Amino acid sequence: MKLPLSWLKDYTNIDGISPAEFDAAMTMSGSKVECVDYLGAEINNVVTGKILSVEKHPDSDHLVICQIDAGQGEPVQIVTGAPNVTENSIGEICPVCLHKSTLPGGVKITRGKLRGVMSNGMMCSFQELGLEHGCVPYACDNGILFLPQDTPIGVDIKGVLGLDEYVADFEITSNRPDCLSIIGLARETAATFQRPFVVKDPEVKGCGDDIANYVSVQVNEPTLCPRYSAKIVKNIKIEPSPAWLRERLFAAGVRPINNIVDITNYVMLEYGQPMHAFDYACLSDGKIVVRRPKPGESIQTLDGQDRAITPEMLAICDGSKPVAIAGVMGGANSEITENTKTVVFESACFHGATIRITAKTLGMRTEASGRFEKGLDPSLTMPALLRACELIEELGAGEVIDGVVDACAADLTSKTLPFEPEKINALLGTNLPAQTQAEMLERLEFQVQGNTVTIPSFRIDIARMCDLAEEVARMFGYDNIPVRLYAGDTTQGGLSARQQLERAAANVCLSAGFDESMSHSFISPKFYDAINLPADDVRRISTTILNPLGEDFSVMRTTVLPSMLDSLSHNHAHRNPTASLYELGTIYTPVIKDGKADAEQLPQEEKILTLGSYGRLSFFQFKGVIEAICRELNIKNVSFTADTENPSYHPGRCAKVFAGDTLLGVFGTAHPIIAKKYGFSTDVLAAELRMEALAACADPVKLYQPLPKFPASTRDIAVLVDDSVPAAAMQQAIEEAVGAILENTRLFDVYKGKGIPEGKKSVAYSMSLRAADRTLKDEECDQAMQQAITALEKGFGAVLRS
Amino acid sequence: MKQQLEAILASAKKELGETRTARELDAVRVRFLGKKGELTAILKGMKNVAPEERPVIGQLVNDVRAAVETALDQQGQIIERLALDARLKSETLDVTMPGEDIVLGHKHPLTAVLDEIKDIFIGLGFQIAEGPEVELDHYNFEALNIPKDHPARDTQDTFYISDNILLRTQTSSVQVRVMEKQKPPIRIIAPGRVFRSDAVDATHSPLFHQIEGLVVDKGITMSDLKGVLELFAKRLYGEDTIVRFRPHHFPFTEPSAEMDIQCYQCHGKGCRLCKGEGWIELLGCGVVHPKVLEVCDIDPEVYSGYAFGIGLERTVMGRFKIDDIRSFYENDIRFLHQF
Repeated sequence: MKLPLSWLKDYTNIDGISPAEFDAAMTMSGSKVECVDYLGAEINNVVTGKILSVEKHPDSDHLVICQIDAGQGEPVQIVTGAPNVTENSIGEICPVCLHKSTLPGGVKITRGKLRGVMSNGMMCSFQELGLEHGCVPYACDNGILFLPQDTPIGVDIKGVLGLDEYVADFEITSNRPDCLSIIGLARETAATFQRPFVVKDPEVKGCGDDIANYVSVQVNEPTLCPRYSAKIVKNIKIEPSPAWLRERLFAAGVRPINNIVDITNYVMLEYGQPMHAFDYACLSDGKIVVRRPKPGESIQTLDGQDRAITPEMLAICDGSKPVAIAGVMGGANSEITENTKTVVFESACFHGATIRITAKTLGMRTEASGRFEKGLDPSLTMPALLRACELIEELGAGEVIDGVVDACAADLTSKTLPFEPEKINALLGTNLPAQTQAEMLERLEFQVQGNTVTIPSFRIDIARMCDLAEEVARMFGYDNIPVRLYAGDTTQGGLSARQQLERAAANVCLSAGFDESMSHSFISPKFYDAINLPADDVRRISTTILNPLGEDFSVMRTTVLPSMLDSLSHNHAHRNPTASLYELGTIYTPVIKDGKADAEQLPQEEKILTLGSYGRLSFFQFKGVIEAICRELNIKNVSFTADTENPSYHPGRCAKVFAGDTLLGVFGTAHPIIAKKYGFSTDVLAAELRMEALAACADPVKLYQPLPKFPASTRDIAVLVDDSVPAAAMQQAIEEAVGAILENTRLFDVYKGKGIPEGKKSVAYSMSLRAADRTLKDEECDQAMQQAITALEKGFGAVLRS
Repeated sequence: MKQQLEAILASAKKELGETRTARELDAVRVRFLGKKGELTAILKGMKNVAPEERPVIGQLVNDVRAAVETALDQQGQIIERLALDARLKSETLDVTMPGEDIVLGHKHPLTAVLDEIKDIFIGLGFQIAEGPEVELDHYNFEALNIPKDHPARDTQDTFYISDNILLRTQTSSVQVRVMEKQKPPIRIIAPGRVFRSDAVDATHSPLFHQIEGLVVDKGITMSDLKGVLELFAKRLYGEDTIVRFRPHHFPFTEPSAEMDIQCYQCHGKGCRLCKGEGWIELLGCGVVHPKVLEVCDIDPEVYSGYAFGIGLERTVMGRFKIDDIRSFYENDIRFLHQF
C-alpha cells in the first residue's frame, strides 16, 4: 500500500516528522514501512521555461534553436529536434533540463554543441520525467511536454507536476484490510505520533429527482453480500480529472484515466472500499439483482476476456444478465464510455471467502478482490459512496440524484469486549495502569467505558482480549515491554535417546571421512528407473504431489539411494576425485490401497542413514564403516549375508546387514549398469541403513569389562578350502569349537592364485586365546588349535596348510 | 712404576681424545683396560713389587683405572652426542612440505548451525520435538486458526497430496501435535523440513528448514518471549547483537511480532545486505493464540505461551555469506568442506 505523505494532511498533522522518523515509528507501531521514496528523487535542476523564439538550425533540417525564459535572468539557448516544437510553439511553457541536470533512469544532461550550435540543456517529454499519459492528459504522446499556460516560469518542475512528494510503501498484513486505505493509515499515524485525527463526513448537495425512479436492488444472497449500496449520477461529463487528483493517484501508484474511473479509484484508496461504476443504460429494466450465476452463464469482463461463471460465485445482474462479477471485475456490457450519460456507483460488501474462490478460480486477482477477500467493514459502504458523489459535485462531473438504494443484511451494531487491563498486563508482562491502556485504545478509536470496550466497526480483526492486548502492546511499543528470561516450571532440556543415537551414528560417519549431504524429499519417478527398480517393485508406489513444480519434484521418495547417487554423480562430474557422503534422509512409504498410494492417509515417514562413496574406499573398508556404526551404537550379533537379488547392487557384492533377526539394511557396490547411468566408470559404494532398526537394536547399556590380568597366547591357522565357503561360517565354526578361551579370532589373509589349486582358496585366521583366571598352558592352546582345525576339516573339508 | 702409570694415563687420555666413533672408543678401552691391556699388564706385574709398596702402587693403579674409565665415559658421551648430531642432521626434513591429508567428514552447514541452535535451546530447558513432513491440513492450517480460504494461506503456496493432506508449509504444525500429547509445562523446539511451491532460484527453494519453538505454562508472558529470543540471538550472533521486536500478524499468535537483528555488516546504517533497512528479519513469533490452546484442550484462562519460527537457510546464508540457496542441496564436497 502506497501512501503519499502529503495526503495524510487531510486527516492529521505530520508537521515536524521527517520521512525517516515516520518510517521508523510506523514500523514499530505495527504498520511495516518497506521504504519511503521521494518521487522526484532522480529529477534535479529541471525548471519550467517559456519558449521565447524558435529559429531554424543553419545546418540541420530537423533541429531548431530555441531561446527560453527559464527564470535564469538571461534566456537559455536550447537546440531541439522534438517534432512538436515549431514557430507555433512560441509562448508554450515546458520542462527545461538545465546544464548539469538529471532525469529518471540515471540520465545526465550537460551543455553541448548540436551541429555546431550550443545547446545549454534540453526540453523534455513527460515520459522522460517518468510520468504516464494519464498524469498529463493535455500532453502530446510524442514530443515536448507543454504545460498549462498558468504555470509559473523558472520554478522546479517537481512542484509543478506533483513529484515533490514522499511516498511510504507499507506491507499491510492480511488481518488489517482497514490499513489498505489512506484514512486507515492516517489513523495509525495519528495514533503513533499522538496527533489529532479527523475525517470529515462527505457532503452531497444533490440535484433533486429520486433514485427510486431509476433503480431497485434485490439481494438474493444476503450472506454473500451483506450490504449493497448504490447512488446514481446523471448528466455525466467524462473528462480528465483535475491535477491534484491525478497527482495523488499517480503518487499512490494508480494510473489516472478519467474523472469517473479516477473517483472510484480515489475513494477506494482513501476509504479502502472498492467502488464500481457502471453505465445505467445497460441495466435493461432498472433492476440490480445480486445473485449466484446460473449454470452455464458467462460474462465478458472489462479486460475483454469471456469468463464462464459458476454458481459458486456471485454476480451483479440486471433483470436478465450478469453485468459484473461481484467484487472482482465489471462486465464489458456495462462499461463507462464516452457516451455514458448516467452512472450507477456501487459500494458493496461481499463475503471474503467467496470473492477469494472466485478470483482464484478465474485466475484474476484484482485490486478490488484482494481487498474484499480479507473482509470489509459493512459500515464503510455509505461513507465511501457519499464521498464519491461529493467528488462528482466538486469536479462538476455530473448531477447526483437524491436518495440511495441500500440493501443491508449486515449487523451494524457495535461489538464490545470486556475491558480487562489486568489480564492484558498478565499477557504482556507489563504493569500499565488501566487509564493508560484505555487512552492507548482510544487513540485507535476504541471506546472504553467502565468495563467495556467498544470496537470500531472497521476493526474486523478484533475478537478477544489478546487482540486488545496487541493494540496496547504496539501503542506502548514492543521494545518497551520488559525482558524476562525464565518463568514457569523448570523443564529439563535435552535430546531424546533416539536423537542422541542419530547424532552418534552421524559422528561415526564424520569420523570415517563422510561429509553430510542433504537432498530433496521429492524426486522424479524416473529416479526409480535410474536405480533399476523392476516395474512391479513396491517402492515405485509413491505419495504423489497434486500440484508439483514439475515432474522432477513430483513424488515423495521411497528411497534415498537415487538422490545419494545423484549427489555423488554431481561431485564426479565436477572432477572431485573422491567423495564420501552420508545423509540421514527421510523416506515416505505410502499406505497402499488398490495397488496405489492412498492419498487420504499419511505415509509412514522413516529415516534412512544412507552412505555413498567413490574413489577412496575398498568394499571392505566401506563395510568397516558400517561395522563401526554398529559397534559405536552398541548393536550386538551383527551379521552379513550375501544378497544377490537386489536390483540396485552388484549381485556378487551386496550384503544384507542383520542384528540377530532384524534387518538393519543393505550395502554394497552399486550395480555397474546403474553406476554407468550416473556417469561412473569405477565402483560406487552405497549403504542404506534403517535408523528405526538401528535404534531398536542399539543397546543403551554399556558395561565395563575388567582388563585381563593374564597374558594371551596367539595361534595362527591357515587352511585350504573351496572358494565358495563363506569366511563368516568358518569363523563361526572356530568360535563354537574353541569355546570360552577364544578371546577373538581374526581373518588375516585370503589368498588365491599361484600355488593354490583352481577353485580353492587359502584362508588364514589368527586366534587370541586367554583365560580370565590363569595363564594358559601351551598344551591348552595346542588343544584349542586342534579343535579349530578339526571343526574346519569336518565342517568345510578344509586341509591344513603346512 | 708411578711414572709408567702416569704415562699410561696420559697416553690413554690422548688417544681417547682422538676417538670419533664408538668402535674406536672400544679399541682404546680394550687397549688400556682389557685383559691384555696395559693396566692389566701392570697389575700382573704387581708380584714383582715389594710387598710394602704394593698398597700404594695398587691404589695408584686403581686411581689411574678410574681416571681412564671416567675419560672413557666422557669421551663416550661426546661420541654419542656427535653421532646423534650426525643423525639429526641426516634426518632433517623440509617441514614446509605439505602434510598428508587426513580424511575427516564435515557436517552440512545447515546441520552445523542447527546443532548450535539446538544446544542453545537445550541449555534453556527445551526438548527437541518432531512431526511428519507430509501432514494433515488440520495441523498445518486448520488448528492454527487458518481455516480454508483464509487469505493467510495465499502467502504460503502449498503442495497438496489430496484435499486434506499436504506437505507442511511450516513447522508450526508440530505445535498442535505436541500439545495434543503433552500437557504443560511445554518447552520444545521442532526443527524440520517445510515445503512451499516456490520456483527454484538463488533465494528460493521449494524445500527449506524451519525451527519452531513453543513454550506453554502458567504465567508465560510476552516478556518471556522477548527474553529467550534475545538471548538466542546473542548466543548465535554475538553478545553485542541488537534486536528489535516489531508488530506483525500470524493467525496462530496474538500479539504477534517479528524479531529483527541490527545488520551486522553496517550496524544499522543501511547497506546492501539489509537492503538499506539497517535491520535483518530473523524470525516470527508471538503469544500463542487462545484458539490454538483451546483446540488442544488447554485452558487459555490458566495457561499461556509463546511460539516462534526461525528460517534456518536464511540464518545460515547470513552467517556464512552464502549467496545461493541451491548450494545447500547440490552436496558438492568443495562446498561442504568449507564448514
